[in-house]
Amino acid sequence: MKILVAISNVPDTTTKIQFSDGDTKFNSAGVTYVINPYDEWYALVRALELKEANLAEKVTIIHVGLADSEATIRKGLALGADDAVRIDGEGPDAFFVAAQIASYASANGYDMVLVGKETINYNGSSVGGMIAGLMDLPYVSLATKLDVSGNKATIEHDMDGGTQVVECELPMVVSCAKGMAEQRIPNMRGIMAARTKPLAVVAATPTEALTGIVSYSLNAGRTTCKMIDESSIDELVNLLHTEAKVI
Amino acid sequence: MSVLIYTEINKGRVKKASLESVNYGAKVAELLGTEAIAIVNNADAAQLEEIGKAGAKTILSLKNEKIGSDSMLISAAVEQAAKAHNAQVIIFAFDITGKAVAPRLSARLKAGLVAGAVDYPTVNGNALEVKKNVFSGKATAIYSIGSATKIIALLPNSFPVKSGDNQAKIIDWSADLDAIKPRIIVKEQKSNATGGMVPLPEAELVVSAGRGLKGPENWGIVEDLATALNATTACSRPVADMHWRPHHEHVGQTGVAIRPNLYIAIGISGAIQHLAGVNGSKTIVVINNDKEAPFFKSADYGIVGDAFSIVPKLTEAIKKFKANQN
Ligand SMILES: Cc1cc2nc3c(=O)[nH]c(=O)nc-3n(C[C@H](O)[C@H](O)[C@H](O)COP(=O)(O)OP(=O)(O)OC[C@H]3O[C@@H](n4cnc5c(N)ncnc54)[C@H](O)[C@@H]3O)c2cc1C
Repeated sequence: MKILVAISNVPDTTTKIQFSDGDTKFNSAGVTYVINPYDEWYALVRALELKEANLAEKVTIIHVGLADSEATIRKGLALGADDAVRIDGEGPDAFFVAAQIASYASANGYDMVLVGKETINYNGSSVGGMIAGLMDLPYVSLATKLDVSGNKATIEHDMDGGTQVVECELPMVVSCAKGMAEQRIPNMRGIMAARTKPLAVVAATPTEALTGIVSYSLNAGRTTCKMIDESSIDELVNLLHTEAKVI
Repeated sequence: MSVLIYTEINKGRVKKASLESVNYGAKVAELLGTEAIAIVNNADAAQLEEIGKAGAKTILSLKNEKIGSDSMLISAAVEQAAKAHNAQVIIFAFDITGKAVAPRLSARLKAGLVAGAVDYPTVNGNALEVKKNVFSGKATAIYSIGSATKIIALLPNSFPVKSGDNQAKIIDWSADLDAIKPRIIVKEQKSNATGGMVPLPEAELVVSAGRGLKGPENWGIVEDLATALNATTACSRPVADMHWRPHHEHVGQTGVAIRPNLYIAIGISGAIQHLAGVNGSKTIVVINNDKEAPFFKSADYGIVGDAFSIVPKLTEAIKKFKANQN
């Protein structure tokens, strides 16, 4: 069984967000990039665990982006992926990314494509479902447990107000959320090994743009917090009723 | 031409997020001068009436036991309805179903998707421009959808549900799904033990607590406050990680993202990853014994002091307020 794990290169969670070019572009100056946490902690680590348990032969990471994301890809290799592919291109939207991954996965016979539940920059939760749509594969989203036996996967995933355990024959696409695995820190051996692991660069497939971002704006933070003394709690209740109008 | 709205029934009710989608879809249809058509599976007469009152002019009513919660089958049914009714725009709620189905349909129809819209679209030539939150709530982006068919998945709790006196025309509709063999077999369903509370993603009032509560045995005061308010309980990540509270209560970047009308944070420091999941709340109240806690910078109202003395007082004050209202 071969697993393809899609990883996104995102600004670290503590990044101060800024825009440039008249608020039409994200300003990446001075920003530290990391593997999108859901892709790393859950999708990639679970894929590695399946390989360590001899349930998968190979774990490949795939990233759609430009050469400046190679440090992030190497980190995925340091965690233990066998090899990596970078599709050399930058698209306007999730559909571009999904189309690249679907085309690579179809051509190279992967049994399972794992994605994180969403990226922390665009929060779209879209790439996995789009890959599944393009490849006409079953898709289980927001998975919290994933086990494989032969060519069948057993998955627990979130549903409205609960969870569901499902079974599905491979190939398939799964989006991974908290619960599936624990974060790992790459060790020295992994980091050394990652330097020489194969990282193939593949040209992007031309893909039509379905959406694009016109402009960005920062969400206004809360400017003033009204402090209330512990001895006047009734005042808080009154404000919640008359001023905030939420109770 | 039409605007097609996906709706669903959950636990005997039309989902709140579905009613929000119908309200939204009706507005979009008005904007484009076309008809709002809802699609629903296995709804009874009262549920159909409720979808109509939310603004659907026509409802495609399916009775199909095969579809269930399978995203492939739901997507195929909506795709057929979209083609049959020449849908220009398809609306989903950006909830668990929407996150599974909307991207799939987007790829199948080559229909541009805005995943998590927070406002009504504006028309720009043949494109629709729609706002959505990006960078985990720190910013907003205006997306332009240029494809002929467009899909908008609406972030739940973006607008209050409105119900009018519209009566929908009901069409018994069937999707031809014979060619699709369900590939996902459901083995088991488990419900979250929410003790009768409104589920977190739908909750308008939320009482949340963090590591400042010191241990799971102290959650009684949090639950009492939630009960007095008729609110849903939530928690910070370490609290769920230490198994003080169930995982489905974990809010934030890695947990559930919520946007209730009122979020009361007790003994939570206000780390940026926690804020990412709650900063869309309309009003935030912070109770923390450290006056330097970062959460106060993102709050509307704050009380500095010991949660163990403040929370019971707040519960009493709420009870008194409710008693006076009746
Ligand atoms: C990539 C990433 C993702 C993350 N995702 C999430 C997420 O989704 N959700 C999340 O919550 N966290 C998340 N975190 C963790 C986050 O950074 C914080 O560590 C976490 O939110 C802290 O939880 P807390 O506020 O409960 O605990 P603490 O930070 O320990 O804060 C406890 C607070 O309680 C106060 N306190 C103590 N005693 C009392 C008392 N008697 N009365 C009143 N106040 C008291 C203290 O002053 C303090 O402010 C994530 C971190 C990373 C790196």
